[in-house]
Amino acid sequence: MNGIDLPLVWAGIIGFAVLAYVVMDGFDLGIGILYPSFVAGEERNRVMNAIAPVWDGNETWLVMGGGGLLAAFPLAYAIILPAAYPLIIAMLLGLVFRGVAFEFRWREPRHRRFWEAGFSVGSVVAALAQGMMLGTVLQGIEVDNNAFAGGWLDWLSPFSLLTGASVVVGYALLGATWLIWKTDGPVQAHARRFSYWLGASTLVALVAVSAATPFLAYDYWRRWFSLPGVLVAAQVPLLVVVVAVAFFYSLRRGSEWLPFLLALVLFLLGYIGLGISIYPYIVPRAVTIWDAAAPARSQGFCSPGRS
Amino acid sequence: MLDHLDPVIIARAQFAFTVSFHFIFPSFSIGLASYLMVLEGLSLATGKVVYATLCRYWLKIFAVVFGMGVVSGVVLSYQFGTNWSEFSAKAGAIVGPLMAYEVMTAFFLEAGFLGVMLFGLSKVGKKAHFLATCMVALGTLISATWITSANSWMQTPAGYAINHKGQFVPAGSWLPIIFNPSFPFRLAHTVLGAFLTTALVVGAVGAWHLLKDRSNPGARKMFSMAMWMAAIVAPIQMFVGDAHGLNTLEHQPLKVLAMEGHYDASPEGASLLLFGLPSNDEARVRYEISIPKIGSLILKHDPNAALPGLKDFPKDQWPPTAIVFWSFRVMVGLALCMFGLGLWSVLARLRKRLYEWTWLHRAAVAMGPAGFVAVLAGWVTTEVGRQPYTVYGLLRTAQSHSPLAAETVGGSLVAFALVYFGAFGFGIYYVLRLMAKPPRPDESEPPQKPQRAAGITPAPSIRPTILAE
Repeated sequence: MNGIDLPLVWAGIIGFAVLAYVVMDGFDLGIGILYPSFVAGEERNRVMNAIAPVWDGNETWLVMGGGGLLAAFPLAYAIILPAAYPLIIAMLLGLVFRGVAFEFRWREPRHRRFWEAGFSVGSVVAALAQGMMLGTVLQGIEVDNNAFAGGWLDWLSPFSLLTGASVVVGYALLGATWLIWKTDGPVQAHARRFSYWLGASTLVALVAVSAATPFLAYDYWRRWFSLPGVLVAAQVPLLVVVVAVAFFYSLRRGSEWLPFLLALVLFLLGYIGLGISIYPYIVPRAVTIWDAAAPARSQGFCSPGRS
Repeated sequence: MLDHLDPVIIARAQFAFTVSFHFIFPSFSIGLASYLMVLEGLSLATGKVVYATLCRYWLKIFAVVFGMGVVSGVVLSYQFGTNWSEFSAKAGAIVGPLMAYEVMTAFFLEAGFLGVMLFGLSKVGKKAHFLATCMVALGTLISATWITSANSWMQTPAGYAINHKGQFVPAGSWLPIIFNPSFPFRLAHTVLGAFLTTALVVGAVGAWHLLKDRSNPGARKMFSMAMWMAAIVAPIQMFVGDAHGLNTLEHQPLKVLAMEGHYDASPEGASLLLFGLPSNDEARVRYEISIPKIGSLILKHDPNAALPGLKDFPKDQWPPTAIVFWSFRVMVGLALCMFGLGLWSVLARLRKRLYEWTWLHRAAVAMGPAGFVAVLAGWVTTEVGRQPYTVYGLLRTAQSHSPLAAETVGGSLVAFALVYFGAFGFGIYYVLRLMAKPPRPDESEPPQKPQRAAGITPAPSIRPTILAE
């Protein structure tokens, strides 16, 4: 393992697991968010069936992200989780409700309404909590002596509410575009109509979060607006514009799979933007990926299993 | 509001609650996956209809149980961080990779083949389906192996060093960490416990339907198979449990002394307490009923062997004796009942009354949940017996928790309790409803709605179909 920067490799692996999770569970949470807008009965059955075969494999990535963070960056895990405590609990409970709703909805018609409500509320709560966790990490966590030292409501701020709402809207966009791809008829038409304003809202959210982030801390400001970094960083917003134009064009042209793919690219660009803001920290401005890393023997032990 | 409550106690209650709830599902699905493998293998080998019937019958139940196991398991991988962040920071480099391996090897294996197992009965060939079932069964066992290894390391830590940050790190090879001293015993005891639990549930369902209709071939077959399992595995499990106890006496003597309720040293052979109310405050057992010498006979296999007492150790190292003492007795008591049920079934077979002896069937129904209770009691014994440490002898529970506020932990505990009882309560109700139906030769497959599969990769082209309810 000599010569390989294992912490960096592991940061990449976990970054990938989180992205994989967002990409995969994002659209099925999004469908949960949009669920109440579909007509009860056949339409909802079709919507549910569009994600039924994939949802729990997708959630495996969440376990992977959490487990991987504990194994490779125990210190970061120990700081971020207490800092976002109520959000984590809310997300987990939302996912429990949503997950069993999947199973139970089919079991008994009498309780169907209840499990359908659980399915959408659970999805919204999980998405909102995930977005607010992102805001919590971005806005900075108070760390003292390698432990979380902030207050119990530090996670609640206008910024974290903004990121929370953004993720809900973004997931809904992924869900709607997935439905365009995987369904037809009225459900598809419905999803396509939704995709227009969800796409627009996602762009607004992306702009709002991007505009607010540099004001959170001077580091972020410098990263985005000083030379020579700006030459690289500026490509990201530029690409966002290009992809957004392509997205709306593909919607108009009636393409079935392109909107979903382009929505994913939008997410990826947002994700790269976050990476530019945060790197090389894992807990922004407090703990770098090398500070937080588990010893090489632990990271190395996990690595063969990855390949 | 909760100021008078210790947040660490609430955090422990929360972990105990979520892990106990979770443990119910895998201890059933580990056994059930293997049972399904056996049923399907027999069906392939003999071609008898009854095995195929039972396979379909239990597969539907397996689908619901496995789902609940997955969702309740996700919670656990995050609770280490929310409530036990100091433990995570200090022991993450050792416990984390063991758990990560569980996800990487087992979870993906299970998730990959589960879709085929649940919905592929009539879509893939019989042998391919059998292979999928074997893989899922293997996956559950690999899962159990890694998790038990992580847990055992906390009980009997080995192969570690402590770095300048005060973290546990691997000292060299991972082998002594994975195969730490209590791991083989704990793994055998846990997996056999899961098999026995499943056998009792299957036996109870079989007996329930025999009470209603003695001629149902599915009920007869499952009852007979389950009773063989109970008769054979219960004694093996008691033997393994005894070996596990001896191993514990060697590595965690205080845990065993608390299980036995021995405060005072017994230089001339320890007694066996049948009943009593241990009190750590008074350092004695009230209302003690005991048999002389038997304690040493069990623990040392010699009635006159000397045993220490809790008082030989500093009081701040004692586990909560009353809990450990009683949970241990619950487990052993139920184990004796299981052993008795197994013997009774052998007697019934000898007298050719296995399917007619109504009282045996009633007893089997009553014993249906006993496995779960025994597994949880055993779990409580070993985990509470580990106190006051999270990493035995090295890291105290009082130094393992997150910077916590009682309100936050208490609030989340209430939320967990409400959601778990609500959501899993319904799940258990649905499982019981499935069990209440007798197995029939025209047993249906799991509902033809695709509920789960392996994530996005293996099922890229599924077109939704309109499914009439």
